[in-house]
Order: sequence, then C-alpha cells, then structure tokens
Amino acid sequence: MKVRVLVGTRKGAFILSADGKRETWSVEGPHFAGWEIYHLKGSPADPNRLYVSQSSGWFGQVIQRSDDGGKSWDAPGGGVTKSPQGLPRGESNRFVYDTSERGRPLTTHQWYDGTQRPWEFKRVWHLEPSLSDPDLVYAGVEDAGLFRSTDGAHSWQELAGLRGHTSGPNWQPGAGGMCLHTIVLDGHDAARMFVAISAAGVFRSEDGGTTWQATNRGLRSPYLPDQDSEVGHCVHRLAMHPARPQVLFMQKHWDVMRSDDGGDSWHEISGDLPSDFGFAIDVHAHQPDTVYVIPIKSDAEHYPPEGKLRVFRSRGGGHQWEALTNGLPQRDCYVNVLRDAMAVDRLDPCGIYFGTTGGQVYRSSDEGDHWAPIVRDLPPVLSVEVQTMP
Amino acid sequence: MTVRLILPSHLRHLARIEGEIGLEVEGVVSLCTLLDALEEAYPVLRGTIRDHLTLRRRPFIRFFALQQDLSHQSPEAPLPEAVARGVEPLLVIAAIAGG
Repeated sequence: MKVRVLVGTRKGAFILSADGKRETWSVEGPHFAGWEIYHLKGSPADPNRLYVSQSSGWFGQVIQRSDDGGKSWDAPGGGVTKSPQGLPRGESNRFVYDTSERGRPLTTHQWYDGTQRPWEFKRVWHLEPSLSDPDLVYAGVEDAGLFRSTDGAHSWQELAGLRGHTSGPNWQPGAGGMCLHTIVLDGHDAARMFVAISAAGVFRSEDGGTTWQATNRGLRSPYLPDQDSEVGHCVHRLAMHPARPQVLFMQKHWDVMRSDDGGDSWHEISGDLPSDFGFAIDVHAHQPDTVYVIPIKSDAEHYPPEGKLRVFRSRGGGHQWEALTNGLPQRDCYVNVLRDAMAVDRLDPCGIYFGTTGGQVYRSSDEGDHWAPIVRDLPPVLSVEVQTMP
Repeated sequence: MTVRLILPSHLRHLARIEGEIGLEVEGVVSLCTLLDALEEAYPVLRGTIRDHLTLRRRPFIRFFALQQDLSHQSPEAPLPEAVARGVEPLLVIAAIAGG
C-alpha cells in the first residue's frame, strides 16, 4: 500500500509520499510555485487523476490537472485546438455564473452594508471529484456557487439551482468572503450531495445538484438577529463517513454539530471540548463514530487554546472528547488549522493528517495516539488531502 | 508585424514560455489586438491579464513601454510606433507586494 498526501499552500502545492508503514516520506514540490493552491484532490475512480485549484490575486483562477499522479500537469482549459478551418482555437476553463432564465433573477446577493450586489467570481475554494467518473468534478467557488465539469475540467457549467434557492438574495459574506468551501458526495446515491457556504449554511440536493434544500435546522448563531434563521450560519466544514450517509458532522464557526437524519436537523456535540470554535473536522476511515476536531481559541484568536496544539477525538460520535497531544507542541504554539487542512487515510490503523498555517504537516499512523511532522517549514498550509493506493 | 511582449514570471511559467514572445498582429496594434493574439496563441493565459468576460485589465496588472505607463489608455488605442514595429517590447507587469 502507498499513501500520497496532497498539500495546498499559499505558495504552491506539495506531494508527500510514503509506503504503508508511513514512516519514511518523500517530498515533491513546490508545484505551481508562487501561486496560491487552495485545494488539490485526487479522483477516487482514478488515483492518478489529480485536480488543482491554482489562483492568484494578480492573475486570477487556473485549474490544473494531472493524469500521472502529479508527475506532469496540464491546464485542461488552456490548450489549443484546431477549428474546423484548421485555425487555432483556444479553450478556457472560465467560471461564468449562469444568467439564463434560471440564473437571471439571482444576479445579486446581500453585501456587508445590506445592499444587493452582483455575484462576482473570485476563486475556486474546493474541488470534489466524482466517486465513480474521473472526468466529472465539482468546484465550490467564491462568490458562493457550485460548478460542474463533465469533461475533465476543460469547461465548467454552474449548477445554478443552488443560487436559485429562495434564500439566495439573503446570503452574505463573512469576513473571509462568501465561499462555497465544502462539497460532500453520497457514495450510495449519486444524485445526493451536500454543500456548505460561509456564511449561508448547509444545502442538500437529491437530484444531482439541480434543486436544493436548506438544511440548517438546529443550528444557532448568536451573530444573527434570528439565531435560528434558515440561512446565515457560518458553517466551516462538514464530514461524512461513506458507510453512513445519513450521519453528518459539522464544525461550525462556534459549535461542533451532528445530524442523524441527513441534515434535516442538527444537535450540538461540543461536549467537553476546551473550545468549540474551529475549522477542520473529519471521521475515522473505519469507525463511523470516531470523529476528530482541532479546537481553535475563538473567532478573534485563530490559534489553539493555551498555545497547545491538540487534536481531539471522540470515539462515541461526540460529547466526550479526548485530547491527543503526543508529538504535538504543547507550549507557545499559535498556528491555525484551516477547514480543508485535515484528512484521513484508509489504512488500518487509520492515519490522520493535518497542516498548519505555520507550514507543518503532521501525521499520525495510529488513529491520533502519536504524532510527528512530515514537513515543518512549508508555506502556510491551506489544504490537505490523502490518497490511499494499492 | 511581429510585436515583442514580455510577461511576468508567473505567467511565463504558466504558459511554459521562456524569455520574450514575438506575436504576429494584423492591422492596428493595440492592447486589445495584442492581447487577442497572445490569448489565441496561449489560451491558458485567458483571464490572467484581463477578465474573461469584460476584457478589462485585472487590477494588479500594468502595461509599460518606452518608459511610459500605458495601462490607462483605451484598449483600442494604437500602441506607440516603436512597439508596433517590434523595436521595443511591451511589458506586462505584476504589481509589487510587500509584507
């Protein structure tokens, strides 16, 4: 068995590789040096197919793809094809909001000052390849929207029914922008998916992304005038175990939450955590009730409580949490762990991985009992994904 | 007419270009026709210098030539004769960032 850890950072992508023992690691990169890599992820249907979101405040958005596990890359929308007349004709992986009949009424959302503002594409936060088709991939973008490519990222079409939700004009950005950052696909039902938007909340589709339902009942957010509002909740991350698609776990701005009915309702499972603020959350590969979070002190202080970097594990689906500290800095640690920066492998025992804004990528090969850095000095880590391969 | 163009390093790496580029431009050589020719030859650069839809220059990009900042001239305005004839290059510049 092999493990490949895909790391997106502020200044490029890195690929960390090891055999099944997960003791000796090779480090490749930076790929796309100097560009922000918000996310890269491999196709579950073809592990050598990797998709990368490459962006820059200067130069905008590019999508890169590899068909050989990261040895070589190509911008699928950046090639030159020949027109029927033999002339070169460029393709482009641009992201254009749907302004057809469905999209037209959706051309504004709420801005910070309460006025309506046109949707404006800024970047791709998250790429989610299909579980079965290497050429099918979803992109969650800022301003919040969901795009789909069926041709291996050559071209993108918006699934505009999400913005078309009746609450769309009431969505508004948090301080980090208005982004669709989480896409969860149901392996038992290809038509069923969840997305999460800051600061709108969770939405579920049962028809492949055509129509959407807000699924935020039970979320309470004190920063909203109506704390139980249908939308407006700053959901940071969702996690689902593939064997149990009705159960979802959530790290919200504040509060760790759980749903046992596919998002129809949520209840809090923060329990005895030292802080229920945080970004990352994930589920053990083989134990659907074993959940991991990394508490952050507060919305104003984005670093671990008491300067101690601790992963917390619940073996009972929440409420009771144990601190996992062996090998992690327990003093003077003031890094953050962002929403897409924790992942698990599928080996036994399950491996847990996370990256920090200080440039460390930590791994545990024993379900979180012991930790060690794979690398210590990368640029700030934005995302971590793991591929487990024969 | 072959027009000379120099891109910032990020875009050279993206387009796999080394050094400056020579682009053939038909008719009037303007920012618009020059960038059209660039994007035709290197489609991966679409959207990186100017917006996909509006074709407006991205905010942190500038166009310099002959020690002049041409960023604010009309995209359709002819570029200086020395640029149009390939004597001097047009420079695409990324704004500096500190911190």
